[in-house]
Amino acid sequence: MRNMEITIEVAQDILDKAKKKGATDGDIIIVDGRSSSVQVRLSSIDKITDSQYKTLGLRLFFGKKSAITSTSDITPESLDKLITDTCGIAKVTAHDEFAGLPLPQYSMKVRDIEVYDESVHQVTGEEMIEMAKAAESAALKYDSRITNSDGGNCSKRYAHVIYASTNNLSGEYRTSMFSISATPIASVEGLMQRDYWYSTARRFRNLDKPEDVGELAAKRTIRRLGARKIHTQQTPVVFDQETASTLLSNLCTALSGYSIYKGASFLVNMLNKQIASADVAIYDDGTIPWGIGSKPFDGEGIPSRKTVVVEKGILTNYLLDSYSARKLGLASTGNASRGAGDPPVAAPTNFYLSAGQYSPDEIIKSVESGLYVTDLIGFGFNPVTGDYSRGASGIWIEKGELTYPVEEITIAGNLKDMLMQIEMVGNDLDFRQKICSPTVKIGRLTIAGH
Amino acid sequence: MSKDIIEPEIFLPDKFGIDNLTMEKAMTGLLSRKIDYADLYLEYVTSEALSLEEGLVKNASRNITQGVGVRAIAGDKTGYAYSDEVSLQHIQLAARTAGCIAAESGDNSIVSLNKMEKPRLDLYPLEIYPTDVPIEAKVRLLDKIDKMARSYDPRIRNVMASFTSQYKVMLIVTSEGLIIGDIQPMCRLNVTCIAESGGNRQVGSFGGGGRVEFSYFFDENRYALYTRRAAKQAIINLEAVDTPAGTMDIVLGPGWPGILLHEAIGHGLEADFNRKRTSAFTDMIGKKVASELCTVVDDGTIARRRGSINVDDEGTESRRTVLIENGILVGYLQDRLNAKLMKMPLTGNGRRESYAHSPMPRMTNTFMLQGDSSAVDIIRSVRRGLYAVSFGGGQVDITNGKFVFTASEAYLIEDGKVTTPVRGATLIGNGPDVLKKVSMVGNDLELDTGIGTCGKDGQSVPVGVGMPTIKIDGMTVGGTV
Repeated sequence: MRNMEITIEVAQDILDKAKKKGATDGDIIIVDGRSSSVQVRLSSIDKITDSQYKTLGLRLFFGKKSAITSTSDITPESLDKLITDTCGIAKVTAHDEFAGLPLPQYSMKVRDIEVYDESVHQVTGEEMIEMAKAAESAALKYDSRITNSDGGNCSKRYAHVIYASTNNLSGEYRTSMFSISATPIASVEGLMQRDYWYSTARRFRNLDKPEDVGELAAKRTIRRLGARKIHTQQTPVVFDQETASTLLSNLCTALSGYSIYKGASFLVNMLNKQIASADVAIYDDGTIPWGIGSKPFDGEGIPSRKTVVVEKGILTNYLLDSYSARKLGLASTGNASRGAGDPPVAAPTNFYLSAGQYSPDEIIKSVESGLYVTDLIGFGFNPVTGDYSRGASGIWIEKGELTYPVEEITIAGNLKDMLMQIEMVGNDLDFRQKICSPTVKIGRLTIAGH
Repeated sequence: MSKDIIEPEIFLPDKFGIDNLTMEKAMTGLLSRKIDYADLYLEYVTSEALSLEEGLVKNASRNITQGVGVRAIAGDKTGYAYSDEVSLQHIQLAARTAGCIAAESGDNSIVSLNKMEKPRLDLYPLEIYPTDVPIEAKVRLLDKIDKMARSYDPRIRNVMASFTSQYKVMLIVTSEGLIIGDIQPMCRLNVTCIAESGGNRQVGSFGGGGRVEFSYFFDENRYALYTRRAAKQAIINLEAVDTPAGTMDIVLGPGWPGILLHEAIGHGLEADFNRKRTSAFTDMIGKKVASELCTVVDDGTIARRRGSINVDDEGTESRRTVLIENGILVGYLQDRLNAKLMKMPLTGNGRRESYAHSPMPRMTNTFMLQGDSSAVDIIRSVRRGLYAVSFGGGQVDITNGKFVFTASEAYLIEDGKVTTPVRGATLIGNGPDVLKKVSMVGNDLELDTGIGTCGKDGQSVPVGVGMPTIKIDGMTVGGTV
């Protein structure tokens, strides 16, 4: 069966049909895309993947009842059945007085944001193989202790998003994404360590050089060799950019409007109150040109914007879509994020801790005895309480100097306290992923070891 | 969609308007290159999700995904292409892409699809698929759970409950001429409660399911048990004190704490990591990796379990594989690619998330066989330690062997008695060591209730775990005091 071409007009037709069946409102989201990736290992091809996909999601409201359906079977018959199914499901869901599309007051002009590099269609498989090989080789060559590899990778992704609603919010955009990474393995006396490094960009020419990615991956791996366990103690902890960004990602879960109105966050009732030390400013900005999390409008057609989340340590905004905003008596922050077949959730766009004044070196120098964390594993964060406990590895700091690597330890505390104890913020913010942070020093955490 | 009329080998080609000839053509086309093996994987999935919060079933959704994945293997190289549009043209295009891994031309052998088989196992013969049960019945169940949880204790302030179900029809067509399909149902009920008392807010969760019918949740009043366990956990956590930090003796309760095995050893025994020599368990077959009290198996053939499969996603029959026998490492988990390269037998562990993913060695249901000790004796033997009965997720670095898993319900053990509840904490250990410290194994083996999802290389597959009560002499606990 041949799939149909879908345009905003076709989407509007589907919504019109649904209205004839009694739907009062509705919206459609269609995502189609292509992606390919190559993985090389020990300089030969390991795996090549190529894909194309298209999904259509339909959400219908019958007054204050709603239902969502989606399909990748995009034929006229299948779409007719989809409309009928959606109407059927909506009959059994509850009347929810807060249900509905965003109010028309949001229908402001959507800004054009640079997120699409057409070279995504030109970069060839051969070029990608060469880049993946270059990244991996640079890692393998870097040091004789790099003895094995989990591969070098290069990928590209193109997506086309169409949104249409009965509320006159409609639009479409295209995005591109490229990435390159290397995962070398180092060993000494039979004990192995693995680490990796990567570069991700919406614009091909913004990717880091494969050689630089590979070399940094090797450095990160080598510095883990000979790691030891340390004693249980309380010390200052410095999070590098990568691990600090995971703290922000934990924070996002607690900031979601859904967590707030459900009472499932330690930040309930904290709006306009101090939640972090005065040095902390946090933003969500969906409009950064070429930002990994940028997009012209969110999953409900609301234009992207820059939201001040925390300023001078004061919580000024939650992350909201229109539903969670209505529940809380607030306005949407344009953070609706949505898979075609799922209800919207409130999720960050580009979410970052604003750069501070200290270089990472100055931060490390300020620590008499403590931990520099470079990797975290596990899911030990509870957004309801803020309790935090994760497996860590990193480098021990003694008298302001990085000394030996450490592993098989945990760091634990409560995110509520950790935010208040941010003592220094680094000047090394870059936008390598959706959620970014400079180096951060937290006054005191419990390290569990021997 | 009753089972007696759906046959994957008829339903899928019919659904996509293709036939055996089309598939033979695509395969034959692939073999014009120097390809060792190729397969097609066709899939059609209906999934449904309902969720309740604030006493209302606000969201209900029904999703259909379908597609085809084409894989070619040449030596240790894999080419994979997939499309959610299934037609001869798309299969051929995907086949060309997948075939790119082999530069030289092949011997142009012709594939004839002459081995039409049905799985010998029939582990989930359901009368009524959960996706076919009227949505109203599921709404009623969630409403009932909400009321029950709220009446458990006035401190329960919010209840989130969800019911998800899936109906997957899949068909595998190989360059060896095999056609084999399976219908894989799945469902899961989950309950989360938020309790609040004087500004202290805590959460508790419980759930279960498997390749079972909707009525399963009413048998033995399971839905009520899940609800009580979730509510109880939230209430208990209101009283929880800070967890001690450092190394101490650990007693893990039966069932879901078996996630320890999944993280500590399971992943490290997946063949891909061992062929590539990136696992901390590389070359350790025949070596002692656990105390002699430990025998650990992976078994995909237990009826109706979440991690069970009649055939894996490469068409290999599922089976029981012993991983550790009386402390000695004896087996790896294989898929086709790695078994061939390592010259080892297939184990039926080649699994994939969907048509959009190529298969990898994955676990099914991984558990430890039971021992002789009673749970009471095990707890009584600990002077000061931690008793953990429920866990959130875990993770492992397979190369250095370090793994973590996070307790969501745990208690102190003081002088042989379970005492105060403690706040959630992460436990960390070293895979090749941790089972050597197992000093007691209980006689109370339980499998988990059917909630496990394993993530590897961006692919999620349903799995099961299980364990009797065990005692570990010294493990690092990520507490705060």
